Formats: sequence, C-alpha cells, structure tokens
Amino acid sequence: MARVLLNLPRSAAKGAVIEIRTLIMHPMESGFRPGMNGSILPRDIITRFRCSYNGEEVFRAELSPAIAANPFISFTTVATESGTLSFTWEGDNDFRQTETRDIAVT
Amino acid sequence: MRWLLLLLGMAAAQPRSGTQDMSRELQAMQADDSANPGMLWMQEGEALFQRREGLAGKACADCHASLAGVAARYPAWDPATAAPIDLAGRIQQCRAERQQAAPLPRESEPLLALTVFVARQSRGMALAPPADPRLAPARARGEALFRQRRGQLNLSCAQCHEERAGLRLGSALIPEGHANGYPQYRLEWQALGSLQRRLRNCMVGVRATAPAYGAAEYLELELFLAQRGAGLPVEAPAVRP
Repeated sequence: MARVLLNLPRSAAKGAVIEIRTLIMHPMESGFRPGMNGSILPRDIITRFRCSYNGEEVFRAELSPAIAANPFISFTTVATESGTLSFTWEGDNDFRQTETRDIAVT
Repeated sequence: MRWLLLLLGMAAAQPRSGTQDMSRELQAMQADDSANPGMLWMQEGEALFQRREGLAGKACADCHASLAGVAARYPAWDPATAAPIDLAGRIQQCRAERQQAAPLPRESEPLLALTVFVARQSRGMALAPPADPRLAPARARGEALFRQRRGQLNLSCAQCHEERAGLRLGSALIPEGHANGYPQYRLEWQALGSLQRRLRNCMVGVRATAPAYGAAEYLELELFLAQRGAGLPVEAPAVRP
C-alpha cells in the first residue's frame, strides 16, 4: 500500500466550499527513461484519480507521464450532506488504492 | 558609522538557510505538512518506529519516547567506535546492537524514513553542534575538505557556497549550502535523500570521485557543515529545488 496524505475538514457548514488536498507516494515512471543498463524502464504511472462523495463522483483527473513522482492533487467541492468521501487512484500494473474519510455537515 | 558597518558585518556573518532563497511556492510547500512530500516518508518512519524488529523483538518506541532536539545535535562522538557518527549512522547502530535486526543500508527507504521521523521532532530547534573536543580533529578535516579543490572542474565547496553564494550558476541561485533540512525532499530527485546524497551530487557535479556512502569524508564534512550552520533552525524534511 502506498502512503497517502489527505487533508480535508472533518466538519463543514452546509453549502460551504471545502478544499481537499491529496498526496500519494508513487514513482510515476514515465516510460521514456533509460535505466542503469541502458534499456527503457517500463511505464509505471497513476492514470486516473477519482473522488466520490456519498457514491457520487465529484472530481476526476487523468494523469499523464509528464506528471512528477508523488503527485499532489488539490481541488474543491461543496459540502452538501454528511457522509463519506472516497478517493481512488488507479494506474499501471494494476495499481489501485482507495482511501475514505468521513465528513460531518451541519 | 563604524557601528553600522559592524552591524552589517554581523548580519553578513549570520548563516542564511536555503529556504529564504526559494520561490514563495516552494516555501509554502515545505511549510505545509499536507503538501510537503517528505511527510510521506515521515509517515512511513512513524510506522517503522513502532514496529518490533530483530532478534531482540524490540521496537524503537519501546526505548525512545520523544527524540526532540536529537537531530540538532548530530553528528556526535560515538565512544563505542571512537569516531563521529551521524543520525542515520546512530539509527543503523541501534538497529544492529539493540534490536539485533538486519542492517538497513545507507540511503535505503526505511533508513531515510526513520531518520526523517527522528529529525522532524527537532523541527524549528537551532542546530547545536556538540562542543566535544574529540570531534575537533574530524571537524577540522571536514573544513579542509570543504576548501580543497577537487575534480576535473577543480572547484572546492567553498568557491561556490561561500565565495559565490547568492550568485547564479546558469539559472539556479547558488545557496550557502547549509545542512539544516536533511533528509530533504529534492524536486530534482523526486524523492527524499540524505546529506550524503547531496554531497555526492555536488562531487559528481565537479567531476570528482565521490566516496561510497558512509565514508569518513562525508562524516567529516557533515561535522563541519553542522558547525558552519550552527543556529539555523532544523527544517527536516525540507523541500529544495
């Protein structure tokens, strides 16, 4: 399991815009670099990031080989109701990781 | 007039952390624990610190509670080996002798993670190199290495990081080269790395032969650099371009 840093409020007022920051440990090997023996290192990147709020997708990003290692993604959403935010990173070599955080909306 | 000049002279003598010369964006990245990628290693280190390892079946946390201020004092004198030892070296030693666990090689991810976990507990504290007289000869050798020209480019550390600090090398600003943020996350590496890796980086840059990790030369340079940056706050894990 890759290490993940998630930063978002635990509670928010209804209708408030909340900022979510995510950071995940991943090499993001571009697939263009030669390795120590001169042969090209196979591509190993995260290709897609999704965030859903109580099952409804609120943010999605497609990642490309030009994105640096340990990608940091920051975005905002509107706090509509109490529930669970789930974050999923998917990528090459069947990489898939999901993290969830609860939020209380008052 | 004379006191003003004296004051200016004193201001110039204060070491200047590389952080002050970074872009505002990078400074913000370093200061924000949710954006600083070094915190990923820090999290890893925290988990390793709690894990029981080796024949002794002990975790670091079984003996050590708070290690605040420790990173600010290293490298220190190690009476057991009668040599200076840096923080990563001490962690290796503790692991071998007290945990009786498989050694962690220099620059390996778990050693970097443990080192940054310990170093971060000293964040904000001033670098306070020990005044132990047994360290003095090694520190003096470190200073000599710092001023010694090396490599095909025939440059010493001091020629860039003292004489030309604040000027530019190509587009990059030459920092004073203080060692107050290690292990640090370097954007160029896209990873966390130790001071020894950074020293190696500069040696390769001037096309000199870089000693292997853990060599006495690095320890001596680390000792001198700690003295040279004394008083600067520990910033580990720092972010640098």
